Amino acid sequence: MKDSITRDNNNIILRVFSYLFWLIIWQVIAHYLGNDLLLPMPFTVIKTLLYMIKQEAFYITVLNTFLRIMFGFFISYIVAILLAVFSYNLRFIRILLNPLISFTKATPLASIIILTLVWIKSSNLSIFIAFFVVLPTVYTNMLKGLENTDTKLLEMAEVFRVSKYKRIRYIYLPSIKPFLIAGGSLSLGFCWKAGIAAEVIGLPQNSIGEALYTAKIYLNTADLFAWTFLIILISMSFEKLFITIMKKI
Amino acid sequence: MDIILKDITKSYDGQMVLKNFNWTIEENKFNFIMGESGIGKTTLINILMGIVKPDSGEIYGIEGKKLSIVFQENRLLEDFDPVTNLKLVADKDTRDEEIKTLLRELGLEDSLKKKVSQLSGGMKRRLAIGRALIARADIVIMDEPFKELDKDLYLKTIQLVKEKLKGKTVIIVTHSEEECEIFGGRKIIWKDIQERIYKKEL
Repeated sequence: MKDSITRDNNNIILRVFSYLFWLIIWQVIAHYLGNDLLLPMPFTVIKTLLYMIKQEAFYITVLNTFLRIMFGFFISYIVAILLAVFSYNLRFIRILLNPLISFTKATPLASIIILTLVWIKSSNLSIFIAFFVVLPTVYTNMLKGLENTDTKLLEMAEVFRVSKYKRIRYIYLPSIKPFLIAGGSLSLGFCWKAGIAAEVIGLPQNSIGEALYTAKIYLNTADLFAWTFLIILISMSFEKLFITIMKKI
Repeated sequence: MDIILKDITKSYDGQMVLKNFNWTIEENKFNFIMGESGIGKTTLINILMGIVKPDSGEIYGIEGKKLSIVFQENRLLEDFDPVTNLKLVADKDTRDEEIKTLLRELGLEDSLKKKVSQLSGGMKRRLAIGRALIARADIVIMDEPFKELDKDLYLKTIQLVKEKLKGKTVIIVTHSEEECEIFGGRKIIWKDIQERIYKKEL
């Protein structure tokens, strides 16, 4: 017990140290360059961020982007699960979906963003892109989870005539859960990157993408860094929240 | 109604496991199959359960009947507790008290809240037996059910199974003459049957 507490403390110290290490590297390089346009100092970025969070528009911007990307994520997550269930049960559906999934995995994101911009409103672009990015990862993971379900347990359930609900709850769910968490966590990070990229290209009003673009136009590198830092923070926090909730299910 | 297996043939990858196998499993009695490992007993059980289809032959008297089984490898929900494992197969009207009493009778009262993965081999075996008992089945199949039990619990568990399954159609695969004698059921020795089949063929 004492050993494990010491180990945990050591881990925390190491983790804090690793963050501090990169912060110092950043500070040293920024100091060496001596140009905020090229690389602002960490302190400048923190100051910018603190200024930003005092503005009302900041919250509207963050909320707009958050809602769009998360909407795309959740819709895609549910659709991917349903498609994987159909594919698992019907070989025909799996064969039919195979090219679509391969296509979504291989197509360059930039092509899809530009192409989609032709079809849909720029304000909905990040929803679609988030959907597009999440679908193949969650679908593939869910299918893998279903295929990994212990066939011996399924046979047992068949012999004992266990109800469908109980089979899902006690046999399928424990098997697919790790795959669903991994798929969700992996695609969440990617979903934020792609969603913001889509906003930078589509420039929907009052979005983080638009703010990033504006910062770039005015060569406001500190703003650029502050927004980027914020995106990372939201993405990581949401990923942690997602994993915690999923583990409790 | 007795369960009648008529001319059951099954082969895997060209290797014959059962050939024109005939057997009558008597209703409401303990029926024992004895024989060495790897001679097709599990295949026969899988055919009875409907998991494996025979290449040819007929089975009468099993259709529509509710089965329960003790598999050779337990097949328990390792991440859940013993109560959940029994509830999985129990009828809706089975009371919690009934489940807990059975687990107590099986000597698992101290492990009600533990995950199955934390139980010993013998405890898991007793739980697998408990699952077969709680299921209120018409036919109970047990594949070497008492094999991993500690000496002190061995006889106790056999007595419990005997008492709970009295009057049901039970098929038990075992290597132990002692078990057959305790249950006093009808015994077939696999080797004899197979020899008879081969002789008939010659």
